[in-house]
Amino acid sequence: MMDFGGINPAILIASLMVASVPIMLAALGELVVEKSGVLNLGVEGMMIMGAICGFITAVKTGNPYLGFLGGAAGGAALSLIFAFLTQSLLANQVATGLALTMFGLGLSSLMGQGYNGIKPPLTGVVPFGPLRDIPGIGRMLFSHDWMVYFSIGVVAATWYVLKYTRTGLIIRAVGESHDAAHALGYKVNRIRLMCILFGGAMAGLGGAYISLIRVPQWTDGITAGAGWIALAIVVFASWKPLRVLIGAYLFGGITVLQLNLQAAGSAIPVEYLSMSPYLITILVLVIMSSGKGRTALNAPAALGQNFHASR
Amino acid sequence: MIRLEKRPLPSQFWQVATPIVAVIMTMFAGGLMFATLGKNPIEVIRTIFWDPLFGEFAWYLRGQLMVKAGPLILIAIGLSLGFRAGIWNIGAEGQYIMGAICGAAVGLAVFPTENRLIFPVMIVAGAFGGWAWAMIPAILKTRFNTNEILVSLMLVYVAQSILAMAALGFLRNPEGSGFPGSRNFSSYPAAANPEIIAGSGLHWGGVFALITAGLLYILLQRHILGFQIKLAGQAPRAARFHGVVPEKLVVLCMGLSGALAGLAGLFEVTGPAGQISIDFNAGYGFTAIIVAFLGRLNPLGIVLAGLLMALTYIGGEMAATNLGLPSAAVQAFQGMLLFFLLAIDVMSNYRLRLKSTAAKMLGVK
Repeated sequence: MMDFGGINPAILIASLMVASVPIMLAALGELVVEKSGVLNLGVEGMMIMGAICGFITAVKTGNPYLGFLGGAAGGAALSLIFAFLTQSLLANQVATGLALTMFGLGLSSLMGQGYNGIKPPLTGVVPFGPLRDIPGIGRMLFSHDWMVYFSIGVVAATWYVLKYTRTGLIIRAVGESHDAAHALGYKVNRIRLMCILFGGAMAGLGGAYISLIRVPQWTDGITAGAGWIALAIVVFASWKPLRVLIGAYLFGGITVLQLNLQAAGSAIPVEYLSMSPYLITILVLVIMSSGKGRTALNAPAALGQNFHASR
Repeated sequence: MIRLEKRPLPSQFWQVATPIVAVIMTMFAGGLMFATLGKNPIEVIRTIFWDPLFGEFAWYLRGQLMVKAGPLILIAIGLSLGFRAGIWNIGAEGQYIMGAICGAAVGLAVFPTENRLIFPVMIVAGAFGGWAWAMIPAILKTRFNTNEILVSLMLVYVAQSILAMAALGFLRNPEGSGFPGSRNFSSYPAAANPEIIAGSGLHWGGVFALITAGLLYILLQRHILGFQIKLAGQAPRAARFHGVVPEKLVVLCMGLSGALAGLAGLFEVTGPAGQISIDFNAGYGFTAIIVAFLGRLNPLGIVLAGLLMALTYIGGEMAATNLGLPSAAVQAFQGMLLFFLLAIDVMSNYRLRLKSTAAKMLGVK
């Protein structure tokens, strides 16, 4: 296998697939939330709650799979606060999302007291048998834990549900015109609540992946902006599920590459490398937003607007 | 069943009552949280809200109030202008860092010259640093329609990397025997920002904060620009008919909030923090978002909110040392406050109505 700069491409792609799981799950959840017309900026907070809840559950039970369930539950629980404030009390979505992130960061480090430096139980890789031994491709595609494949499956499932099912049609209708959906008899706020919970669970799952597999341990502020990158990926994907996959792999790839360059002792200073994912995110946002307004046109029409049935 | 009925006009009473009710409810909910941590909730609440003002060490801690409130007020006032107009600058933390770096760099460049003009020039440089950093999301927003929330937030992470470079590289103290961090401004009188009245905690940052609050109060109440900002937030379409150019408003609001955040950073780094170090920034840029909302986006309200939030910082530190309360608890507590504030805010615009079953039977909606 060819090497460049001390970095093996097969290993790079393999670790890219792992690095992109958290942002892929979180972005996918947020995509569904935004499709229903709700802008939840609390992804970072829900992810870190998922990270600590998943970590605690896994350590206490010794079972990493229960840990992921705990992570999803933690993220969903926090999103329930957002849903109550924005759907029942009609609070401003931007401000509530920011509050969610701040509260999540504080609460998670509070809950994480005494969990620093502990190793979580290991999540095994999926046994693909002989497939793993194919040179190059085996290492790249068949050497991962089940979450890597699960996340790709969820992307496909979300794409199918949004595009081809009645449920998807209702979600999109609520997000495009809540008044019309309401007139047709759909419970706008209830449908949005379900979407918000789904988004919270996905973000929590992504967070749990960071603390249980990617790092794997607990430190304060472990998500380090992944939630914000997930929000940017939704824009990058112009609200299309399959493009979330591409976006997540792109950002995962940049993260892995800069970490590998740091480890390989590249001539570029560490600070430049560690700011690169954020700079590239900005660049991508600019390109996506300026391209003849296509992205803006694709955004759900009722995004960020609260719905209050006057009758 | 309870339902909401929109008020024809926002309630004046609840506009004022909301922050007060929110603070009281946060104390209860926070007390519950502290109780689950195994602490005596009344003791914790007293340590946070009472002791810094009237306790044993109040003579010292009261001064700290202004030290912490100064930057919070300065940043929050800037943010509140944008928030009113629906422009969401949430990267004040980054603008704060860049202001500090720019201002400090000017001062350190002329070290050890003693000249009365050095500090004023540093103030200008600090404001410029914050302004320039905020102009990036502003121009990307107006030129390319890029989301200013995400861009300004991403720039916080970039600013933190630049801060690391400054502390470890280009601003490092050449006589610091290799330790990270710049020269300390307390040993460089021309560039230092000491207390103006001993024991009051009031340095130039606090003075600027109070003056800015007064000026912007007048701007919002009496000036056409203040009217336009409010109009753009409440009725964007009407604002366009009035002749408000949204792009200009974005540039103005982002620029002003950036400059004020940069000023806050400069005053912090030359005063209480003393030097550029990797972590001199204490998250004021994010807490200021809570302060802006707690102060109802009103400059005078923000002054009070800033003082209250400073109290939770100081009280939280006290509770951490005296009662062993984790410092993260205060952060969760502050987030909780914003939740309650947003929740109770519903009362300003809506009435709660009990829908009686009798009305339902008659088919009255």
